[in-house]
Amino acid sequence: MTVTVEKRGVTGKAAQAGHPRRPRDSYALFLLPGVLAFLAVIIVPFLMNTYVGFTDWQGVGSPDWTGLANYRELMDDSEFWASFRHSLFMVVAMAAVPTAVGLVLAAALFDYVGKHFGSRVTAVLRACFYLPQVLPIAVAGIVWSWILAPDNGSLNALLKAVGLSSWQQDWLGDPDIALYSVMGVMVWVQLGFPLVVFMAGLQRVDPQLYEAAELDGAGWWRRFWHITLPQIRPEIYVVLTWCTIAALKVFGAVYVLTKGGPGGATDVPSYFSFTTFFEKTQVGYGAAISTVLTVIILALSLIGLRLQTREEDRS
Amino acid sequence: MSRALRRYPVLAALCVAALFMIVPFLIVTLNAFKSPAEYSQNGPLSLPDGLYLDGLKDFWERVDYAQKLFNSVLISGAVAVLAVVLSILNAYAIGIGRIKGRPWVLAFFVLANMLPQEALVYPIYYLSKEAGLYDTRLSVIIVFTVIQAAFGTYLLSSVLGQFPREIIEAAKIDGASKWQVLWRIVVPVSRPTLGVLMVFFFIWTWNEFLLPLVMLISNDNQTVSVALGVLQGQRLMDATMTNAAALLGVLPAIVFFLLFQRTLTRGIAVGAVK
Repeated sequence: MTVTVEKRGVTGKAAQAGHPRRPRDSYALFLLPGVLAFLAVIIVPFLMNTYVGFTDWQGVGSPDWTGLANYRELMDDSEFWASFRHSLFMVVAMAAVPTAVGLVLAAALFDYVGKHFGSRVTAVLRACFYLPQVLPIAVAGIVWSWILAPDNGSLNALLKAVGLSSWQQDWLGDPDIALYSVMGVMVWVQLGFPLVVFMAGLQRVDPQLYEAAELDGAGWWRRFWHITLPQIRPEIYVVLTWCTIAALKVFGAVYVLTKGGPGGATDVPSYFSFTTFFEKTQVGYGAAISTVLTVIILALSLIGLRLQTREEDRS
Repeated sequence: MSRALRRYPVLAALCVAALFMIVPFLIVTLNAFKSPAEYSQNGPLSLPDGLYLDGLKDFWERVDYAQKLFNSVLISGAVAVLAVVLSILNAYAIGIGRIKGRPWVLAFFVLANMLPQEALVYPIYYLSKEAGLYDTRLSVIIVFTVIQAAFGTYLLSSVLGQFPREIIEAAKIDGASKWQVLWRIVVPVSRPTLGVLMVFFFIWTWNEFLLPLVMLISNDNQTVSVALGVLQGQRLMDATMTNAAALLGVLPAIVFFLLFQRTLTRGIAVGAVK
């Protein structure tokens, strides 16, 4: 049969002819595959993981309930605390810096380049910043671990070429520097995301606001501070929440760049739980680590959603 | 006047910053075409003497790159299609059917989307072994279909919540069943959004690392990301081979990027602020 919108004219008649409305909830059938799949792939594994966190399971045999023992052990585990401290560095590198830099870049691209040099130039520049975002993180890791290699790496070769040999470093191999090197790579990876979101957000800001401010003699920074920032606050919350969560979960980059080393200098919770699961086979302990990570991420997500909805209510 | 002059330094600064973003791509391309001898002699910054293709060829054969590409396309393609189907079924019930307890159902899917994979990885590994699905591409397809569909459900539910109801009512009065309304009206009308979702699911799945790393251990099943990441993690490659690997890993991403640039940039804005 064909259904066309033009037949709307028959509405009244057909209704009178008596098509009893079935109860709304028969739509629930459409939800059935989704709910079953979610139970099998997400809910059951998640509950299992939470349960295993209270046991000393090694991945074989039956788990013994040990209550809070794993969590008590975590409290005294300096490796665990170090990995979370490194997470804060990752939040700076993947959320704070990209958001701040992305804001300035987006405003500059939108304001100066878009207005004076056309949308084509803007699109090309935006594409350059966004490109690392489509790269698999494993590939980004390969590219950078080679650029940052101690001998024959491009960065050291470049420093030598411009006469700054004394600045050469073992970027990923020196425990004092490795974390900052990884942070630098993550800024590069992450920058495009806030930039693109903010540029999209700027399009809905009323241009008259800027014109009025300009007439009043407000300079670029004042306009940025008093118009751009408040206007795209919803986007800023979304980006910060999203990027902070991504930073807490960072795994691939660490695996490929440093494997958590040297000497645990770049270990992060997700990599720490991974090695605890699959290398040390302390599954119970690994589950406890990932449970702590989950609680933090869910709490942050809820705060982010809260701020976002409050912002929507306000506007 | 002074304002006009100030524009060019801003443009110049932005161009330098943009150049910094793409320098790694350029330098990788440069070095993928050098022979090991040339590399050790002239270092990473020199222009290649000629086109040395053996590095790329050696790497291609060594990791059986054609197989890895096939695996990645198969897994990502299947996930993109299946996750969109699952998302639309869910979203149809939530957004159009407005089933009872709708906010709770939606919250359920949102939470599922936010759970870190770290908290699922061991049980999934264990359960897939029990079910005989460990180290199969099917296992990864199933898991990512559900994970991506969580986001798809969340996004599509709000899109379908605003679907013009008159069209649906009219179709029902014409005797269309819910199933027919879904496939003949809702799906065709929402096609642009579904397309954006499909592109995103494809690329996200292509780029995934943790779960495929754990689930796909045999060479024949690995994806591009996993194969490259594992090789790199083991530090088995010399500099030119590393560059060949990097270039072959970068190329599909660039192709997606050129094909889907508009979809990506538009979609990311839609997805983020919905």
